[in-house]
Amino acid sequence: MTLRLTSLALMAALVLPGAASAADYAIDTKGAHASINFRIQHLGFSWLAGRFDQFSGTFSYDDKAPDASKVNVEIDTNSVNSNHAERDKHLRGADFLDVTKFPKATFVSKSVTPAGDGKATITGDLTLRGVTKEVKIDAAYVGGGADPWGGTRVGFTGTTKITLADYGINFNLGPASKEVELALEVEGVKQ
Amino acid sequence: MLIRNTTAGYGVVSRLFHWLMALAIFGTFGLGLWMVDLDYYSPYYHSAPYVHKAIGILLLIALAARFVWRVANVKPSDAHFTPFERVSSHIAHAGFYVLIFALIVSGYLISTADGRAVDVFGWFSVPSPGENKGLEDPAGVVHTYLAYVVIAFAVVHAVAALKHHFVDRDSTLTRMWSGPPKT
Repeated sequence: MTLRLTSLALMAALVLPGAASAADYAIDTKGAHASINFRIQHLGFSWLAGRFDQFSGTFSYDDKAPDASKVNVEIDTNSVNSNHAERDKHLRGADFLDVTKFPKATFVSKSVTPAGDGKATITGDLTLRGVTKEVKIDAAYVGGGADPWGGTRVGFTGTTKITLADYGINFNLGPASKEVELALEVEGVKQ
Repeated sequence: MLIRNTTAGYGVVSRLFHWLMALAIFGTFGLGLWMVDLDYYSPYYHSAPYVHKAIGILLLIALAARFVWRVANVKPSDAHFTPFERVSSHIAHAGFYVLIFALIVSGYLISTADGRAVDVFGWFSVPSPGENKGLEDPAGVVHTYLAYVVIAFAVVHAVAALKHHFVDRDSTLTRMWSGPPKT
C-alpha cells in the first residue's frame, strides 16, 4: 500500500506546476510530514484505518516536465499500526504481512502521466510480501515553494487500491474486505 | 476433612488448588492452541481469547494465593523419597511457580501493550502497566514457548507421579487426591 502512495507522490510531483525546476526531494519522514495510510472495510459495516509508521523515500520533480518525475519509497512493514496491539501482532504475522520474511515493501515508479490541473497518474511497481505488481496512483499536487526555514518543499497527495490476494494475503476477512485503499501524503524537502 | 496440610498429607485447600489449577492450565493451553487459528468468521473469534485471558488472570491470582497457602502450611513428609527425587521434585515445583507466573505475565503483556486493560468476565479488569509499543511481539514469542515448557513440566510431573503410584507403589499420587487421615 505504502508503495503505491509513494508512486502517487511521484506522479503528483510530475504534474505540479510552478515550483522549482527539476530537483531531487527527500520525503520528510523525519518531520513526519508524510504518511502512508490504509483503510479496509470491516465486515462491510465500517472502515478500519491504519498506517505504516516507518518509511523513507525520495522523488525527483520538475514542474516544467512533470512526466519526468520519479518516486522511490521503502516501507518498514513491521511498523504497521492500526492502534490495537493484538491486531497489529496478527497483521505482522504470516496471515498478513509476514514481516519476519518480508520486512520491506517498496514502490518504484515507472512512469508519470500528467492529467492536467496538478493531477497525474503514477504507474510503478509495488513490492509487498515478496510479490511485485504494477499499481497506479492517482496523485495530485498540493503545494510547494520556499518554506519558512530556508528550504524548498513540495507536497503531493495520492490514492490507490490493492487487492490483498494479489500479494498472497488470503486470510478470510469477508467478502467486503478483499481490497485495501491506500492514501499517501507526501512532502518532499529539496536536497 | 482437613483444611490444612499435615506431615501425613495435603489438606483440602492444597488439593483443590492442585487439581483446579491443573484443569485450568491444561484447558487454557488447549484453548490457546485452538483460538489462534480460528477463522475470522468463527463465532468464537472474540469469545475464545476473552475467556483465555480472563482465566489467565484468575490463574495468576490463584497462583499467588496458593503460594501464600504453601508457605503457611507444613509440607507433607518427603522422607520416603530418594535424594534425587527430593531435589528434582523441589526444582520442578519451584519451576512451576516461576514458569506459570512468567507465562501469565507474558500473555498479559501481549494484550496490554497498547494500553488496553484485560477484562475478567465483567467482574473486574486489570489495567495495562502502560503503553509499550511493539512489546506484543516479544511477549507473544515468550508466551508461546513458556506455554510449551509449562506443559512439558506438567507431563514430567505427571509421569513421575504415576511412577510413584505404579512402580514404587507409594502414596505420592493418592495423597494429592485423598486427604490425610484424621489423627
